[in-house]
Amino acid sequence: MNRAEPLVLGIETSCDETGIGIVRGRALLSNTIASSMDEHARYGGVVPEVAARAHLEALQPAIEAALTEASVRLEDLDAIAVTSGPGLAGALMVGVGAAKALAVSLGKPLYAVNHLVGHIAADLLTGDEVEYPTVALLVSGGHTSLLLVRDLTSDVELLGETMDDAAGEAFDKIARILGLPYPGGPEIDRAAASGDPDAIRFPRGLSRASDMAKHRYDFSFSGLKTAVARWIEQRQAEGEPVPVADVAASFREAVVDVLVTKALAACAAHGVPRLLLGGGVIANRRLRESALARGAEAGVAVRIPPLSLCTDNGAMIAALASQLIVSGRRASTLAFGADSTLPVTEIQIAEQVTA
Amino acid sequence: MFVATASVDCRGAAAGAGRRLPRKRDYPGRVILGIDTSLGTAVAVVEDDGLVRAEASSDNPLGHAEVIGDLLQRVLADAALGPIGATLAPGAVAVTYVASGMGPGPFTGLRVGIAAARAFALGRGVPVIPVPSHDAVALGILLDEAMTDAASTRFAVVTDARRKEFAFTVYEGLDDDGLPVRVTEPALVPRDDLDGVLEALGAHRRDAASVSASMLALAAARALAAGRELATSEPLYLRAPDVTLPAGPKRVTA
Ligand SMILES: [Zn+2]
Repeated sequence: MNRAEPLVLGIETSCDETGIGIVRGRALLSNTIASSMDEHARYGGVVPEVAARAHLEALQPAIEAALTEASVRLEDLDAIAVTSGPGLAGALMVGVGAAKALAVSLGKPLYAVNHLVGHIAADLLTGDEVEYPTVALLVSGGHTSLLLVRDLTSDVELLGETMDDAAGEAFDKIARILGLPYPGGPEIDRAAASGDPDAIRFPRGLSRASDMAKHRYDFSFSGLKTAVARWIEQRQAEGEPVPVADVAASFREAVVDVLVTKALAACAAHGVPRLLLGGGVIANRRLRESALARGAEAGVAVRIPPLSLCTDNGAMIAALASQLIVSGRRASTLAFGADSTLPVTEIQIAEQVTA
Repeated sequence: MFVATASVDCRGAAAGAGRRLPRKRDYPGRVILGIDTSLGTAVAVVEDDGLVRAEASSDNPLGHAEVIGDLLQRVLADAALGPIGATLAPGAVAVTYVASGMGPGPFTGLRVGIAAARAFALGRGVPVIPVPSHDAVALGILLDEAMTDAASTRFAVVTDARRKEFAFTVYEGLDDDGLPVRVTEPALVPRDDLDGVLEALGAHRRDAASVSASMLALAAARALAAGRELATSEPLYLRAPDVTLPAGPKRVTA
């Protein structure tokens, strides 16, 4: 195996994107994504069974497309990588089953890795010099996590996470309340463009002084969702029109404010002048702008990889495995499963013990 | 946790036993890897004349993703040792086809096997042969009957489909290609209605708690020999995804 610049194929099926990535060391050769988002649109959210069925159908064509794009053959690979968790159990299992069979078929080592740490590894593929430690804020429809990364392959600490909905889910739910289609993120962004973010003061979850002891870096969006719904209902009860743009802008501001405030607080508390953003919600323009502007004020360098590397993808999974290989880690055994609640501290799953 | 059997010869049990091929020093032709996860997890390596080079399974109705890799590695290693009594030097198994059990079965587990079958085949550059999982059970039953001269009667392979339903397929005998004759296609039925339905079809009930990957691979081998397809590449879900369309936002104020 080439341990200096390993050629790795990564398989990611934790949510609704079937991601196949191929990397050589830190060089991105293919980032192929088949999304089942359209199939979920009419349900207003990701339906696990629909996602799992779509993964099964998309995997083989996606692998073939990735190989073609990367101009490599399966037999050229140094290793296969797969997301073991966290994510939707039934969806993860499709990827795990395929990855194991592919590894056995080819006689190649298999690296089972953590999806969240994969998001951090995506940053390596930008071609820039990446420095650690860094705080990482990962926001998507499936997770909202604040991490302290001291070393990508060996030391990732969970500072906080959402207690209820993921930030992306909150966007979807508010979009539905406002009569906007799924996925909610881009719709809220569009509606908010002409709105006043300060029109309505919606609550910032877990941001009171009394929350700081236990939930300083945790998030909660269910109270915000209820507050928005109540505000709209009151408005309707009074026979007043609902100012969709102002509601969207004010809601978005509440989400962005709490995300950026907590992320920068973590940077300050840990003396880490670096913040990495990841996850599909990074597509939200206001979040990017706010993080960059407030980060600059606070003397924190904010890194935002290209959106194609922020959303769930297989390239980040391959990139993480590649770094594990470079750092001398042994392959995983074949005896791991899908772990829907895999803690972020488990960067690699089921590493072989020395013979 | 695993049950492994290496190199059991079931050629004598084949209905068309007269078609038995002489052993050659090299592989006689097709070597089929069978994978089924419609109930437990079962894998086998079978030659196209029915010689089972190796098989291994886990009866755990869950944990398919956990065990599939080790089971695959194990049957390939066992199969490389050659059939029982072989005096030939062991050699790597050149799998030429992958037989994939397409269900019916609980979806989450079923998909693991199909995903594995497709990925393994992709890795080796060989085709996938989809086989209804009940066909494998039926073939096993019919080959047993052929051994014991039991009179062939119409029967239904019945498996658990969860949610108070059974999956069943009715069969009657083997055809000229040595394949079970399906009288009905796989279908779901409420548990309480099963016996009435089978009585109306004149079929004996044969409950199956496992699917033999060897029988799955043998069914694929016979389909290949006959130039037939036993199933499409679609999993036999028999049920639409369980989703309810949103009824619109719920009110939060009383
Ligand atoms: Zn993600």
